[in-house]
Amino acid sequence: MSAVITASGLSKRYKSALALDNVSFQIAPGRIVGLIGPNGAGKTTALKAILGLTDFTGELNVLGFDPRKQRDKLMGDVCFIADVAVLPRWIRVHQAVDFVANVHPRFDRAKCEAFLARTKLMPNQRVRQMSKGMIVQLHLALVMAIDARLLILDEPTLGLDILYRKQFYHSLLEDYFDENKTIIVTTHQVEEVEHILTDLMFIRDGRIVLDADMDAVGERFIEVMVNADQAEAARALKPLDERQVFGKSIFLFDGVERAQLEALGELRRPSVSDLFVATMKETYA
Amino acid sequence: MKTFYWLIKREFWENRGSFLWAPIITGGVFLLLNIMGIITAEVLGARHGIQIGASGGLQHVIAQMDAGDTSKVSLALDIAMYSAMGLLSVVLGFVVFFYCLGALYDDRRDRSILFWKSLPVSDASTVLSKVVSATVLAPVIAVTMGIVVGMLQLLIVVVTLSFHGVNAWQLLLMAHPFRVMFNLLGYIPLYVLWALPTVGWLLLCSAWARNKPFLWAVALPVATGLLVSWFGLMGLFDLPTTWFWRNIVLRGLLSVFPGTGSLVGANEASIAHHVAGNTGLSVMDLANTYQLLASPNLWLGVIIGTGLIAGAGWFRRWRDDS
Repeated sequence: MSAVITASGLSKRYKSALALDNVSFQIAPGRIVGLIGPNGAGKTTALKAILGLTDFTGELNVLGFDPRKQRDKLMGDVCFIADVAVLPRWIRVHQAVDFVANVHPRFDRAKCEAFLARTKLMPNQRVRQMSKGMIVQLHLALVMAIDARLLILDEPTLGLDILYRKQFYHSLLEDYFDENKTIIVTTHQVEEVEHILTDLMFIRDGRIVLDADMDAVGERFIEVMVNADQAEAARALKPLDERQVFGKSIFLFDGVERAQLEALGELRRPSVSDLFVATMKETYA
Repeated sequence: MKTFYWLIKREFWENRGSFLWAPIITGGVFLLLNIMGIITAEVLGARHGIQIGASGGLQHVIAQMDAGDTSKVSLALDIAMYSAMGLLSVVLGFVVFFYCLGALYDDRRDRSILFWKSLPVSDASTVLSKVVSATVLAPVIAVTMGIVVGMLQLLIVVVTLSFHGVNAWQLLLMAHPFRVMFNLLGYIPLYVLWALPTVGWLLLCSAWARNKPFLWAVALPVATGLLVSWFGLMGLFDLPTTWFWRNIVLRGLLSVFPGTGSLVGANEASIAHHVAGNTGLSVMDLANTYQLLASPNLWLGVIIGTGLIAGAGWFRRWRDDS
């Protein structure tokens, strides 16, 4: 199948800064892509460009549409959850369901109601009477009942407690995701999503600095726990990062031969958050 | 079409307070005040021993009336019906004014625009649904309320008089409730056309302003007006400064108040002449109110209003607040 999103030479300049700097990437169907970057790196701008919410220069094709010209058509196939509380505060649960059911051609009302039945939400309840977690539950119920091909999540669990966060990703994987769907998620809570991601994209200062699937990441990046006596030898191999734990040094290597590293000490797969910290460490310096 | 119906319904849900409850409460207060006024009058009358028509005298008076007098009574009764609408019109003006100011701004402020924009609805139909809500939905509700309250008001007057020995049916036959209804409902299409420039301007400010749309919407034309007055710019076009105030500032801001069209229209000589030839409430007849259709002022407003609405649609599409 052809790519869900094809971007080439994507740029976006705000008055003060370059938010996207000549970015190119492709996203294939059936993937769960983590778009990870520090604050102000251009994540949200990239998502907005994909959703047709902002203007940009360059080429961008989302599901065969140009988001700049065909946003309303594109939204028939794309769902979007921004960071919590973007549902209008005056709306009631049944109004939200009625509205989406009548406006969205791919909305499955029964599915939505089944999902709502598992929550404490009442049909007459207004969004302004709900907690953040409940608002996300409602939004998720609406979105999961839409048979979309692309789901975009921008910090979907920001400000939620851990129960809601776990439940959110659980529902997403169990009840929503399949090989015909694609999910793009940005979050700062990397640990929570790293198990579900199939692809990883790091973005920094408007540029994509890493774009690989998780298997490739596992092959390319290796952490080695090195005793003090071997540390100099390890440093000679130009590690990305070095940190000290219990008198040992942990080195993170990018693209160094596995056999070569095995001689130095115990090998580990780096966590996405360690990788992120190592890649981004000079960002705020 | 189904989508558009639901978009309008959405507007009604969100603005139930101003679209529905504001006219209901206004109408209720209006009736209450009238009833209280009548009771006060009755009590005062009784206390001072004034017995109006207790002996059937008033009925006698009506029986003795000639055609001219009858028309005055029916005029009074029709005014009773219109008077409710007068008050509701002022309320409607405020409702539409502030609705338009917030329509494309409130959801940007609370970021729920991200939810609305995640649905397959074009920005053009969103903006259009707000125009229709402002110029059709709100007035239809207000006029319906006006008719209901007007009828009740007429009934109250008639019942009160019947206590004084006047034949209620005879009075009711003198009034023209259906003509009043017809005139009020028929005014709505004219209102749509007349209100367009103001609706367009307010929606444009609503879609464009990063904050304080009210300030922009009001201060911009008023400041321009002050500058024009100060430097006497209108002199360049051989027009008085008041021309600018009346045709740009007031026309741009206050056309959402029903009846302003007829007021301005009445200033224009041809219509004024026509109206002068009539008496009483025939001013309210559609044959008269629709004289406004002949005025270039109306059609220029429609053209400019359409342009402003298109501008609001453009900002709605591309305004990017992050």
